[in-house]
Amino acid sequence: MATSVRATSDGSPRSSRTDPSTNRKSGDNGPPGGWRAKAYRLDTKASPYAYIAPFFLCFAAFGLFPLIYTGWLSFHQVELGTHANWVGLRNYTALWDNSFFWTALRNTFTLGVISTVPQLMMALGLAHLLNYQMRARGFFRVAILAPYATSIAAATLVFIQLFNPDYGMINQVLDHIGIGDVQWASSKWPAQIAISSIVTWRWTGYNALIYLAAMQAVPADLYEAAALDGASRWRQFISVTIPSIRPTIFFTIIVSTIGATQLFGEPLMFGGNVGVSGGSDHQYQTLSLYMYDKGWQVGELGQASAVAWVMLLILLLIGAVQFLVIRSNRRKLGS
Amino acid sequence: MRTSGRTRKAAVIAVAGLAACATLITGCSSNSKDDSKGSSSNEKITLRIGDYGAFGYDDKTGAKLFAEYHKLHPNITVKEDNVSDSGVYWNSLKLHLNQTSGLDDIQAIEIGFVANATQPQYANKFVDFKSVKGFNAGDWLDYKEKEATTSDGKIIGVGTDVGPTAICYRKDMFKAAGLPTDRNAVAALWAGDWQKFVDAGKKFQANAPKGVAFTDSAGGLFNAVLSSQTTQYSDQSGKLIYASSPGVQTAWNLSAEAVQDGLTAKLQQFDTTWNSAFKTNKFATVACPSWMIGQVASNSGPANKGNWDIAQPPQAGNWGGSFLGVPKSGKHLAEAEALAQWLSAPAQQVKVFQKFGNIPSTKAGLDDPAVANTTNPYFPGTPIGKIFSDTAHNIQPAPIGPNDGTVKDIITKNGLLDMEQRGTSKDAAWKKVQATVKDQVTTS
Repeated sequence: MATSVRATSDGSPRSSRTDPSTNRKSGDNGPPGGWRAKAYRLDTKASPYAYIAPFFLCFAAFGLFPLIYTGWLSFHQVELGTHANWVGLRNYTALWDNSFFWTALRNTFTLGVISTVPQLMMALGLAHLLNYQMRARGFFRVAILAPYATSIAAATLVFIQLFNPDYGMINQVLDHIGIGDVQWASSKWPAQIAISSIVTWRWTGYNALIYLAAMQAVPADLYEAAALDGASRWRQFISVTIPSIRPTIFFTIIVSTIGATQLFGEPLMFGGNVGVSGGSDHQYQTLSLYMYDKGWQVGELGQASAVAWVMLLILLLIGAVQFLVIRSNRRKLGS
Repeated sequence: MRTSGRTRKAAVIAVAGLAACATLITGCSSNSKDDSKGSSSNEKITLRIGDYGAFGYDDKTGAKLFAEYHKLHPNITVKEDNVSDSGVYWNSLKLHLNQTSGLDDIQAIEIGFVANATQPQYANKFVDFKSVKGFNAGDWLDYKEKEATTSDGKIIGVGTDVGPTAICYRKDMFKAAGLPTDRNAVAALWAGDWQKFVDAGKKFQANAPKGVAFTDSAGGLFNAVLSSQTTQYSDQSGKLIYASSPGVQTAWNLSAEAVQDGLTAKLQQFDTTWNSAFKTNKFATVACPSWMIGQVASNSGPANKGNWDIAQPPQAGNWGGSFLGVPKSGKHLAEAEALAQWLSAPAQQVKVFQKFGNIPSTKAGLDDPAVANTTNPYFPGTPIGKIFSDTAHNIQPAPIGPNDGTVKDIITKNGLLDMEQRGTSKDAAWKKVQATVKDQVTTS
């Protein structure tokens, strides 16, 4: 979804389409029927395909084929290395009746919301602040990207220490304020909040930089005009910045939604020995974890594939909803 | 003329090329014949052994058995492919067995997965040791080789070690809580019955130092109790009967009682918090399979040296132990069979025990005076070898099935941990265990 949105907003395909036509004209100017002209024509026609071929070949091998094969597997009962037995829709109907699947779906949703929403809001705020003239702006801009550069494993290991119920810094601080021991690992909401804080920490800076890039493209005279009208900085943020970078906000929402739906590494690492089942009571088992559990712990590749396809369908559904929202929004802006 | 000359030249080149190829091919094939004959040749070969965790064979931290074997057989070099997690190791081994590719000359199999490995689809990929020269199943403890025997009587691996389980306890904490500290008196507290162990825990907890629990985890207690039961998760045919198994019920009820009475430190074994809890003195006992004493020593650190002692368990149980199998696809079958047998022979098992604490699974190895006399500097004065070899002799074998490991994980990591950490009631936790087993174990 993200790439298609990008491609249409870029308008780059259109410009490249005009290039070959001009080339063809210049080729026609040569001696008619000459092999050089033919080769030239062939070159202009074929080479774009040759240039993009590596990507599409790789995509076919590592993206498209697994996708289709997974779909095929999802209609079979199959274990690693054994023969696949056709079972029709049984893997899907089994998911419908499976309470663990629904728990995972709910967890994916709640984790997605509590990690994506604050993350994007904080990123917007940060980007707005970084957009002002200030000392060491370059340093701050690089610094907010640092969490994104650390690995999930390293970040999660640090957060595990911070959130440790017995000796972690967070509980010590809470103790000082007078809030009793919070069981960051075993209780549902605290655990989900802890995991979402890892996600938020890692991705806020990344999104802030995207927002910042978009904000720099907002014409300065809009702000000047707003300032002349007596608008405060907050007012400017709400009435000038946000409407101007709306397409970028939609883009980050889509990308973050995809990321949230596939959340895997953070809860897996956070749970340690019980990571795959998402805690002792599956309190933070996401769909990806459930899929991994089915595929590699239980060894039921067919059921895991069904989960994978359900995840894809959910993403497409969310994508469609977002697309409709964006379109209605554009219409509103146009009118 | 010109053209015919060219063709003649081409023909000469082609014939020469073919001849060269032919010599190469025959050269190759004669070589490979030598390989398969194997045993008598002095050709330099490398044997790869795939294992997990610590087998105590390697030349750096182990008993230097690979170097020793190289000295005995200068033409053979042994290389170890080690994975730390046995579950990860088994998953990839399963895949390799299914594809018959990427297998090492020797593959270790953990007791938790040996019942899977004896299923026909995997067992047929392994050499049957019954047909191997020099192998005698009677050399091992009675229950050991039975575990690696398929339903049609093939033996797919040689036993490396067993996991007799004793109780490690903190003398200083027992003293503070008014319990005896001498290991015989401590063992007498709970001799013969795990219920007495839990009762002793209640006595301990009543006078315990602040912040100290009687035992580390419900999961550890459960494993220790269950491994001493003659009916565990599966029946003789390998079918899961955990829900009605008296052994599982005993272990579950006792662990649940320990949780409800606050006797456990609510930890999860092998977790980082569990590791550090040894140093921060959070609990007074831990069920100690022989391989656990290394964990106790390294986790508790030098400050606690001499505080730990080991007592006989209420009932002898077997928690752990591995096998070495030889995949049929290997190039050097005879050499691999010889190496596997040498590594699991009594003399080598004793060397590994002295260096590493893995208890011999052969009768001769277990009865070796060197084993009974072994002590460990971290447990001054404790006759470690004697305690564990006595326990090993008293182990009652139980049938094991292919799904035991999965059910064990669900009970200890989901059921009991849930009760400990989230206060779930015993009945609700058991219902969850059953639902999860239903989801995770395919009964087709």
